[in-house]
Amino acid sequence: MRFYNNLTISQKQIVWAWIFLALPVLFYVVIRFYPTANAFVLSFQEWNLLGDRKYVGLENYTRLFSDPVFWKVFKNTFMYLILGTPVSLVLSFIIAYHLDKVRFMHGTIRALYFLPFMTSAVAMAWVWRWFYQPVPIGVFNNFLASFGISQIEFLSSTTNALPSVLACAVWAGLGFQVIIFMAGLRAIPQSYYEAARIDGVSTWTVLSEITIPLLKPTIVFLVVFSSIGFLRIFDQVFNMTTNNPGGPLNSTKPLVLLIYDTAFNGFNMGYAAAQTVVLFTILLVVSLIQLRLLKDS
Amino acid sequence: MASQDIAVKASTDALFSGSSRNSRRNMGQFIRWALLFGGGILMIMPIVFMVSTSLKFPFEVYNLNLIPEEPTIENYTYVLEDGRFYGWFINSLVIAIVTTASAVFFDALVGYALCKFKFPGRYLVFIAILSTLMIPTEMLVIPWYLMSKSFGWLDTYWGIMFPGVMTAFGTFLMKQFFETVPDDFLEAARIDGLNEFQIWWQVAMPLVRPALAALAIFVFLGNWTAFIWPLIVTNSVEMYTLPVGLSSFGDEVDVAWELIMTGAAISTLPTLVVFLIFQRFIIRGVVMAGLKG
Repeated sequence: MRFYNNLTISQKQIVWAWIFLALPVLFYVVIRFYPTANAFVLSFQEWNLLGDRKYVGLENYTRLFSDPVFWKVFKNTFMYLILGTPVSLVLSFIIAYHLDKVRFMHGTIRALYFLPFMTSAVAMAWVWRWFYQPVPIGVFNNFLASFGISQIEFLSSTTNALPSVLACAVWAGLGFQVIIFMAGLRAIPQSYYEAARIDGVSTWTVLSEITIPLLKPTIVFLVVFSSIGFLRIFDQVFNMTTNNPGGPLNSTKPLVLLIYDTAFNGFNMGYAAAQTVVLFTILLVVSLIQLRLLKDS
Repeated sequence: MASQDIAVKASTDALFSGSSRNSRRNMGQFIRWALLFGGGILMIMPIVFMVSTSLKFPFEVYNLNLIPEEPTIENYTYVLEDGRFYGWFINSLVIAIVTTASAVFFDALVGYALCKFKFPGRYLVFIAILSTLMIPTEMLVIPWYLMSKSFGWLDTYWGIMFPGVMTAFGTFLMKQFFETVPDDFLEAARIDGLNEFQIWWQVAMPLVRPALAALAIFVFLGNWTAFIWPLIVTNSVEMYTLPVGLSSFGDEVDVAWELIMTGAAISTLPTLVVFLIFQRFIIRGVVMAGLKG
């Protein structure tokens, strides 16, 4: 105590800072940095959890890049991104743009759109899975049948399964994007719109010259945020295809599910680690490209 | 001059073409409202169908009416008497509450230290923590699994919780909010003889309460719905969380959709009810966390 009392104020601050940070720094080193390094190291090794870890150089990566299943999965992962991000962005912008102009029952309507965001992805994946069943079970096909439209194979078709799974993910994330867009719209000063109104500018011009350019930070945030989400999709795919995860014929399998399979069904730890490094690289590159593109233009 | 012109124009509009233009505008506004409202109803249909089917007898499931002809809570008694869902519910609740408390406490602690203390290495610690945001959870699950295996954490509460007891996102969020706390307040408390921990807890923390609540909502929801890590780290049925339990239950009962919908309702209704009670507050919190974080 006497030692502490003899310290200057700035020295005391240093002592306190490290008292506050000691445990957290230990946590970040042990639970974040060490495992990250371990994943990289493991990606150059072969290990089935039982024997010794054996260095195999780049073998996991060469094996991965010559595996047709990996390329199928790679394509699927980007399909989720390429379809999911624009669709959810455009939908949520349209909803937010119009909802911003509505006063009557504003709060209630906003809550309706936001409610799916508060649900559990696993629970809702099972609800959507039920919706997609053939007649007489599934809601969608029953609905179509009542109009005399022929059935659609949703989850059992190799072409329809991926968009069907994606629809559930888009639905769940839409509310969050609407709320963020509305906050962005609110932040645009009213005086801009008043000036445009006095000049008699058309609605479309206001939208393309004022609203969208001023929403740029919001759009950048949402594009990056939702892209990362779609590239990491897992819960919906796994639960809507539990009888054959990622099926039919790997047509819905995303990278995260491949990693899960390789590591925890195949116990190929090194090979799975190499796949996680690929995932990490994809996420990094996609976010950097998007930040660059959207910030510059 | 300009404002006079507008006033004149507005009054002439009202006199001559105003009424028809107004009614057209009202019509447009009504269509806008109706479409938005209809879309909103569509958005909640999966939730409505889930609840409605969970209240139906098996023979009525294929009947797509929203209000069951003979409502029953038999599915709920069946699912809960089975015992597993009850256990999973408790597991999820304990894990979500403890993790939320821990993450909010530590994220605020670290955010405060990085914001208000001057010490060598401050920038390095901040950048290091921030950089972990770039590492996806999916990359860490394999090393975490190996770690849990060698420390005997597999299939324990601690094993499910440890990756989430602190979050980089929350640290960043709290640091942003502590910037708004004036240093004079802290200095005044220092002169009053409070130690640094007391200053943080008694003076600074109450001033960022809205941010703490926003963070708590995010962390709780994240842990309540977390799937991949609990799926990997648990292997006995008693240790499952609700999402993992529901996933295995759905496989097991296969086509008994009324039971699956009951399980789904049990695992998702609690967060929906909390949302409906604190709606305004939660939306404000989500915007705050989303934009500042």
